[in-house]
Amino acid sequence: MVDSITILGGRGRDGSEEPVRVINFKMGDIASIVGPTGSGKTTLINDIELFADANTPSQRRILINGNPPSPEFRDNPAFNPIALITQHTTFLSDLPVGEFLTIHTKIRSERARNTDYFLQKTLSFANQLTGEPIMVHSKMTELSGGQTRALLIADATIICETPIILLDEVENAGIHRNKAIELLREYKKIFIFVTHDPRIALLSDYRIVVKEGAISKVLFTDEYEHKFAQKVSKLDDILSELRNRIRVGERITNDCLAGIL
Amino acid sequence: MKLAICAGPATTGKTSVLRHMIKKLLKENIMVAYLKIDVQYAEEDILLQKEFGIPTKKIYSGELCPDHCNVMVLGDGLKWAKKNNCEMLFVETAGLCLRCSPYVDGGLGLVVLEATSGMNLPLKVGPMLSLADTAVVTKIDRISQAEREVFRARIQEVAPNVKIREVNALHGIGIDPLLTQVKQFMDVPTNMFLRGNPPVGTCTICVGKKEVGWQSHFGVVRALDNQNFYRGE
Ligand SMILES: Nc1nc2c(ncn2[C@@H]2O[C@H](COP(=O)(O)OP(=O)(O)O)[C@@H](O)[C@H]2O)c(=O)[nH]1
Ligand SMILES: Nc1ncnc2c1ncn2[C@@H]1O[C@H](COP(=O)(O)OP(=O)(O)O)[C@@H](O)[C@H]1O
Ligand SMILES: [Mg+2]
Ligand SMILES: [Mg+2]
Ligand SMILES: [Zn+2]
Repeated sequence: MVDSITILGGRGRDGSEEPVRVINFKMGDIASIVGPTGSGKTTLINDIELFADANTPSQRRILINGNPPSPEFRDNPAFNPIALITQHTTFLSDLPVGEFLTIHTKIRSERARNTDYFLQKTLSFANQLTGEPIMVHSKMTELSGGQTRALLIADATIICETPIILLDEVENAGIHRNKAIELLREYKKIFIFVTHDPRIALLSDYRIVVKEGAISKVLFTDEYEHKFAQKVSKLDDILSELRNRIRVGERITNDCLAGIL
Repeated sequence: MKLAICAGPATTGKTSVLRHMIKKLLKENIMVAYLKIDVQYAEEDILLQKEFGIPTKKIYSGELCPDHCNVMVLGDGLKWAKKNNCEMLFVETAGLCLRCSPYVDGGLGLVVLEATSGMNLPLKVGPMLSLADTAVVTKIDRISQAEREVFRARIQEVAPNVKIREVNALHGIGIDPLLTQVKQFMDVPTNMFLRGNPPVGTCTICVGKKEVGWQSHFGVVRALDNQNFYRGE
């Protein structure tokens, strides 16, 4: 059973000691990693995914439940407590979604008996995350970016039951972000988002700030930010409403703005 | 001399895996020689020689199957590595015909497969996989956890006794267990034997008769709707 994961600080890009020496993630935490492009966000979650042991350029170390991770985690992906989903993670199999999820569930053999239950649950989870419903018969390779991301998250959450899920800039892929965070909160896991999205950052419990390859600070979302998060969501909704209208070929008029502003 | 033979389809990451192994071994002052066997083009020997300053060599198998070529030259290769004061010889071969396997008893046999090659690949590569000690699965950074698991299960289906190591050969992640494994091997015996049986290759095409159609040939032949059968004396 995994109940915590720890990052022990290493070195920044210029070799200087990383200012934040320890971060401890506990089950149920939703965290964000923020920082300018090139600051080292991806490097940080890669360190986590690889169970870095002072053997990556950052010299960071990762502990699970306070101890060095068991080698089994890396040897067998079925025991790996971490799933990493990036903008580039894709499905290569052209099997229909239903068939693939069934195969995957069967491999996690203890559940071989109720594959249909897991299939339905995974699909309905994914379909709450994406605006374009995924059909059982769609081929995996024909899914859109948003559908792929949604299915990856659902598969990791429900079929793999992975306790730690890392998401690298998935917000651009057309996932319902509030819905995602709301759904994910129901599962007691550790979710770590690399994000540029204020909405995700402020809905997280805390955000890790990365600068020049090093973690410079950790900010817990405070009372004011919690409240402000709701406003951000509203602003964001207005923007996506505008985006939709533009997409479907409408004009932006004073009248239509009156409805949403 | 310890021996590791590394096979696998083209561009799966064989050189990348060996490069990371060599780098780590050199750090421990273990000298490695590298031999590349390819059909008609290879430049790994030059690249690795430049990068690490180790003894490297290549041989083109030309019209021979690279795995057959390996059987011919391996003895010489070991002598060459020994003359150059190496403790290990790494052989990279492009196992192309998918009926042979290059591994020998007493040496480590690695097959490198890329996770991106589709879930059915493990079912297609034959003895190159089933006779290996370890299947090294590369490019895991490119696909989802779900497909990684399915790929692994497919390997286990066809090769239940082969160990599986997943690596990111671009960044050298997951390489350490391979080093442990190669170090555990004893020096290869002077009389080496191929692990698998070479495929039947006893037909008149093997000796250069070019006519198309089994009716023109003798030896072990095959028609579209039949299994192999023997024609002739
Ligand atoms: N993303 C990724 N690329 C890899 C990995 N392993 C190898 N490659 C790339 O695949 C290509 C072929 O690799 P190479 O080692 O030359 O393959 P070989 O033909 O089997 O020797 C190169 O461009 C490598 O950089 C990996 O684990 N991940
Ligand atoms: N601690 C570090 N030490 C050395 N190099 C680093 C470190 N952190 C990041 N880098 C390098 O900086 C570059 C940009 O990092 P990356 O993680 O891709 O940034 P981001 O995801 O924030 O855009 C990469 O080449 C990475 O290897
Ligand atoms: Mg990045
Ligand atoms: Mg090569
Ligand atoms: Zn052959």
